[in-house]
Amino acid sequence: MSKSKSAYSTPTKLGKLDTHIIVVWVDNEASVLSRVVGLFSGRGYNIESLAVAEVDHKKNLSRITIVTTGTPQVIEQIVLQLKKLVPVHKVANFKREDKNVIFKEMALVKLVANSAKIKKALNACKKYNPVILDKTNKSVVIQITALRREIDKMSKNLKPLGLVSVSRTGAVAMTRGAEIFN
Amino acid sequence: MGKLYSGAEIVFKCLEDQNVDHIFGYPGGAVLPIYDELKNHPSIKHILVRHEQGAGHAAEGYARSSGKPGVVLVTSGPGATNVVTALTDAYMDSVPLVCISGQVPTHLIGTDAFQECDTTGITRPCTKHNWLVKDIKDLPRIMHEAFEVATTGRPGPVLVDIPKDIQFAKTDYSKPKKEKKIKERFQNRFTQKDIDQLINLMSKASKPVFYTGGGVINSGPKASELLRELVSLTGFPITSTLQGLGAYPGNDNQFLGMLGMHGTYEANNAMHDCDLLINIGARFDDRITGKIDEFSPKSKKVHIDIDPSSINKIVKVDLAIVGDVSDVISSTSKTLKKKNLNLEKSNKQKISKWWQQIEKWRTKQSLSFINSDEIIKPQHAVQRLYELTKDQDTFITTEVGQHQMWAAQHYKFDKPNRWMTSGGLGTMGYGLPAAIGVQVAQPKKLVVDIAGEASILMTMQEISTAVQYNLPIKIFILNNQYMGMVRQWQELLHEKNYSESYSEALPDFVKLAEAYGCVGIRAKNPNELDEKIREMINVDKPVIFDCHVDQDENCFPMIPSGKPHNQMLLGPKDQEENKITGKGKALV
Repeated sequence: MSKSKSAYSTPTKLGKLDTHIIVVWVDNEASVLSRVVGLFSGRGYNIESLAVAEVDHKKNLSRITIVTTGTPQVIEQIVLQLKKLVPVHKVANFKREDKNVIFKEMALVKLVANSAKIKKALNACKKYNPVILDKTNKSVVIQITALRREIDKMSKNLKPLGLVSVSRTGAVAMTRGAEIFN
Repeated sequence: MGKLYSGAEIVFKCLEDQNVDHIFGYPGGAVLPIYDELKNHPSIKHILVRHEQGAGHAAEGYARSSGKPGVVLVTSGPGATNVVTALTDAYMDSVPLVCISGQVPTHLIGTDAFQECDTTGITRPCTKHNWLVKDIKDLPRIMHEAFEVATTGRPGPVLVDIPKDIQFAKTDYSKPKKEKKIKERFQNRFTQKDIDQLINLMSKASKPVFYTGGGVINSGPKASELLRELVSLTGFPITSTLQGLGAYPGNDNQFLGMLGMHGTYEANNAMHDCDLLINIGARFDDRITGKIDEFSPKSKKVHIDIDPSSINKIVKVDLAIVGDVSDVISSTSKTLKKKNLNLEKSNKQKISKWWQQIEKWRTKQSLSFINSDEIIKPQHAVQRLYELTKDQDTFITTEVGQHQMWAAQHYKFDKPNRWMTSGGLGTMGYGLPAAIGVQVAQPKKLVVDIAGEASILMTMQEISTAVQYNLPIKIFILNNQYMGMVRQWQELLHEKNYSESYSEALPDFVKLAEAYGCVGIRAKNPNELDEKIREMINVDKPVIFDCHVDQDENCFPMIPSGKPHNQMLLGPKDQEENKITGKGKALV
C-alpha cells in the first residue's frame, strides 16, 4: 500500500457541474456585496456574471443576481451560506435550463464602419431588440438585450462588421407568469 | 429628548445591559475614549492581556466555560490584526465572542492613517458578521445586534469597529425592550414528523451509534442531561468528537471514547460498521471522517444540527433535523417514552450482538501504552493528573499537538464546559490565555492547561496576566523537546527527516516561572510525579509545571492520511504482536 504523505484526504471524484442563477435580496448597505462575493471567493468558486442594484428604495433593498457554476453540493452549500448572512433577506436559486425563468443580459456594442456594414450589423441584431443610442457617419452604438450565449455569438459575428468595443451587464432574472419568488 | 451619551458611554451602557462582567483587552490610541470611560462602570472588570491574541483566546475560554459570550476590546491596526487568529479560532469552534475594535476617525478612514487597517475587511471571513459604525445613532442598535448574532443559531464571533470620532460623538440611549428574536432563521425547523422518522430508524437499527459533538455543549448544560437520558433510554453506544467531550460521562460503559484520527479502536470501528449513525451537533470534520468515500459505508445517517448549512456539507445524510440540540433530544425522548418504546429492552437482542462486537474491539485496549519506571510517559502523566484532580471540579484547556490528543484520550470528563481546546483551527498557544479566561469565569475552580513546550512559547507572555490578576492557573507542560505531532508525522510519513521540529534552546521553565513571579515545578521521573502534581494543585498561585516526558512517544491509535476508519494504526504493543503473527500489515 503506498503511503500518502498528506494529513488530509485526497480529492475524490468530482460531481457534474451545473450553471445556476442565484438571486439574493439584501439590505443595501456598505460591504454587503463583498460579504456575498466573499462566500464564493473564499471557496475558490468563480462568478460568471453579477448584476446588482437597489430595487426598493423605501425598504433599502438591493437585488443581486449571480451566475455561477458548481456541483449540486457546492450550489446547495452556497445557497445555505448566503441565507445565513445577516443582511440577506431571501435567496432564490435556478438552473440555467429552467423554463419558468426569464434570463436577460444587456450589451452596448460600438461599431466603427461604413454605412453599408452598419446596416448589415443592425440587421444581424434584429432579433435582439436593437436600439441605436448614438450614430455618426462612421460609427454607431447599439444596445441589445439577449441571452448570454446570444450576445457571445453576436460579438463574434459583429467583428468583421467593425465591432470595436462591447460593454455587457450580468444576467438578470424574473420568473414567468404571476408567481414571484418566495 | 433625554440625556445625551457619548459613543464610549454607550458601549458600556450596552455591555451593562447585556450583563457583561468581564472584558479582555489592550488599550491603544483609537480606543482611548472607551478606556477613559472604563472607570465609571465598576460592574465591568477589564482584564489587561499582554497581546491581543491572548485577549481573544481568554475570551474564548471565558465563553466556553461559562456559556456566556466573551467580550474583547482592542485598538485599531495591529490591535485588530493581532486578534484575527482568535476570531478565526472562535469561528471554527463556534464560540460566541463580541470583539470591539477602535478605528481611526471617520474622516481618516482610507488614508493610510497611523494604525489604520481595513478591520471589517480583514475580519469579514472570520466573523459571523461585523459592523463599521459610521453614525453614532446606529451604535446602540449595532451593539445589541452584535450580542444577538454572536449568541444565536450556531454561535460565533462578531466584531464592531468604532471610529474614534464616533466614540466621542453623542446621542441618546434607551435600554432595548426584550423583543422577540428577529431572525426566525435561527430557530428550530423540525417537526414531529422528523422526530417520528428518527424513532422509526432507531427502532429498526441493529447496529446504531450516537456521534455527538460541540453542538451539545453549545446547546447548554441541559442538553448534556437530556443526552444522557436519551442514551440510557436507547441503550445505544455513544462516541464523541474532540469538542463534544464532557457532554456524556467519559467513564460510562456506553461511551466508546473519542472518535476520529486519534480516536479509540472501538469508536472508529463502530462508526465504520454501524447501520445507523446519529450525528448530534457535530459537523463531519475531516479529522473525524477520514477518507470520505469509505466513511461509514453501510449506515443510514441522521444529522441533528442548528445550522442548516452544516447539513450535507460533507456527508449526504438520510435524515436532517435542523434545530437546537436540546429541543430535538427532548422531543425524541418524550416521543420515545410516549410510545413506550423501551429500546433497551425491546431491541436488546438486536443490539446485544452489536455490543458483543464492541466489547471485542474494546479488548484491543487501543489507548494502552508501554509504561516505564525510568522515564515519564506523557500518557501516564495525563492519567496521573486525572486521578489526582478528578475529585474536584477541574477545568482543562490545552494547546495543540500530541499533548492535546493525550489529554483528550486519557482525561475523562463527566461534565460539559470543562474542556476547552482549539479543535477546528488548531491554534498552538490557545491554552494558556484560554485558561486565564476560564479562571476569570470560575474563580474558585482548579484550571489546568495541559500544554506542550512548543505551543506554550507562542503565548507565554500571558502568564504575566495570570500573575497580575492572581489567577492560579496551572500550566502542565508535557515537555518532550519536540513539536511532537510534527515529529510524529515526520517519523511515520517523511522517513524520519525531523526537519525543524526539535525545540532548540528551550528556556528553563522553572526559572522562567520565577522570573514572572509565579511558581515553577519540574518532574523528571515517574517516582516523583504524583507528589509534584499534588504540590502544583496545592499552590494558590499560577504554576508552570515542567514535566519531562519521553521524547520518542507517539500518539496512538491513529488513522493515517486518507484512510477509512477501520484501517487504524495501533500502538507499539499491537504492532509488535502483529509483526509476529503477520497480521499487522493489513492494519497498516
